[in-house]
Amino acid sequence: MQKEAAIREPLILGNKSYKDITDDVVGPIQGAAPIGWKIMITISTIIAIYGVGSILYLLGTGIGVWGLNKTVGWSWDITNFVWWVGIGHAGTLISAVLLLFRQKWRMAINRSAEAMTIFAVIMAAIFPGIHMGRIWVSYWVLPLPNQFGSLWVNFNSPLLWDVFAISTYFSVSLVFWYIGLIPDFATIRDRMTKPLAKKIYGILSFGWSGRAKHWNRFEEVSLVLAGIATPLVFSVHSIVSMDFATAVIPGWHTTIFPPYFVSGAVFSGFAMVQTLLLIMRKGMKLENYIHVKHVEYMNIVIIVTGSIVGVAYLTELFISWYSGVEYESYAFINRFSGPYSWAYWIMMTCNVITPQLYWFKKIRRSLAATFILSIVVNIGMWFERYVIIVTSIHRDYDPSSWGEFHPTSVDVGVFIGTIGIFFTLFLSFARFFPVLALNELKTILKTSGENYKKQQANH
Amino acid sequence: MKKVFHVMYDDDDTLKEAASALVAKGIRVKDVFSPFPVHGIDPIIGVKRTRLGIAAFMYATTGTTLALLGMWYFMISDWPMNIGGKPNFSLIENLPAFIPVTFEFSVLCGAHGMCITYLLRNGTLPGMPASNPDPRTTDDKFVMEITTEQNVLSAKDLEGAIKDTGFFELSIKDYK
Repeated sequence: MQKEAAIREPLILGNKSYKDITDDVVGPIQGAAPIGWKIMITISTIIAIYGVGSILYLLGTGIGVWGLNKTVGWSWDITNFVWWVGIGHAGTLISAVLLLFRQKWRMAINRSAEAMTIFAVIMAAIFPGIHMGRIWVSYWVLPLPNQFGSLWVNFNSPLLWDVFAISTYFSVSLVFWYIGLIPDFATIRDRMTKPLAKKIYGILSFGWSGRAKHWNRFEEVSLVLAGIATPLVFSVHSIVSMDFATAVIPGWHTTIFPPYFVSGAVFSGFAMVQTLLLIMRKGMKLENYIHVKHVEYMNIVIIVTGSIVGVAYLTELFISWYSGVEYESYAFINRFSGPYSWAYWIMMTCNVITPQLYWFKKIRRSLAATFILSIVVNIGMWFERYVIIVTSIHRDYDPSSWGEFHPTSVDVGVFIGTIGIFFTLFLSFARFFPVLALNELKTILKTSGENYKKQQANH
Repeated sequence: MKKVFHVMYDDDDTLKEAASALVAKGIRVKDVFSPFPVHGIDPIIGVKRTRLGIAAFMYATTGTTLALLGMWYFMISDWPMNIGGKPNFSLIENLPAFIPVTFEFSVLCGAHGMCITYLLRNGTLPGMPASNPDPRTTDDKFVMEITTEQNVLSAKDLEGAIKDTGFFELSIKDYK
């Protein structure tokens, strides 16, 4: 049997058996919905409905209802898109990259992080869709034979690469998530007593029976998917960054963008995982599975990626001066001292300065501090995208067209609405899906469970 | 009379020991049902490593080929465009710009091809009936399936051999 160092903190606390793991995860699904969940889903559904209304109004009227103008042609729409895609990077990173590195702590958080990824990518996909204005012709982004003299889409454009990147990322993440869910749905199916629930989970579990050959294939599929999802994660946000980096706009046209965006994405993704999981572990009493050590590991990822982002900010500033290009220098001087300096300094504070608090072990292991700081990071990362997008274009080469962006109620409604839809989806997931990867957790119980580790130490 | 034995164990290590002991006696274990992948059971009961990885590679290379062929046709052969003074003359000159889509499409085909093959080969598809002999095998119990059909020993001898292993429950049924 595999052994683990005694000084390594256990990943599953308490005196747990295989059955306890099943009970702790499936129990809440079988029981009645807690009142807190009902309140949260009501609030998020109301916000979601408001968001859907805003989107319908936008589609019916046209994107003129946004605050965009001649100079600022991209603003909250693409800010929100990049923000959501960034958040959607943690799930696959946790399940794929950490699987390749054999990090066992991922098993407690991968399921819900992947769910978050999928919901975040759906939210992200809304924005490029609606920002086209005429969503009913959005199939024009695909290379389909057409009546315009067979005018194909431009495969040299990062905007088209994005179409392929986001759709591949979404569908592969979804499949990766579902392949892992099948055995856990089977566990729920075999425990359910109500006929309807049994039937539904039976269909969802695809008739999974846990045969040795199936598990053999399951592990191979997980490993290969992890192997190909890992470069995929890095490619997706690199391509998103190329939407900007290949444009000849001072402030966007920088080669540093791909690594800078990817680390920013991981940074914001982990922050969102923290925000959600800290609530979920309390609400669903999963403190024994997602405990301080898991939070600490994630905070370490946050401080590393946050510092990379900080270095990228400073490098950008330095290179804009060092390049000797007036326009480039101006774009960055304007960024930190112009009309949007407030946004720049919010970004700097939230992304570079406050995450440095995690150097203190006390803060890194404090759940309350983590919760607050994770929200701070989310805010900071939204402002990062806003700063990059709006400050780079609001003062173009022609001073007579300089302007500023003022969001309208529709801008706000659509953004807040996607947060509502996201939380509605996530809360539904937490209620009806196995929120922990049961089959994976059971494989580490004997090596990383507290009771088993104690037994070993006493031998 | 053909018989099928479902031997239940409550621990994965006991299961592995039992399987090794039975296999050492020349008994063939037909299958094992477990709530999670029991590492090390495959070589004992003779489950070979799956070839899904090779399949995934083949699907991915198909994707690579299709992506390059498609982009060559759209951008170079059918309607070459001159965008920003950067015309599309040949595939090799344009290759750097085609790398991202080629990569994404290879991943798309590799991942989905492999997952579809996986589900089909397993026979796990929406609406399929479950075939685990006991509902507890998806929770915390492990079941070994042994049939008289696959073994030369008689039902009685098999039962005797199984009783020597530290099993949790034993069910013997007539084989349909």
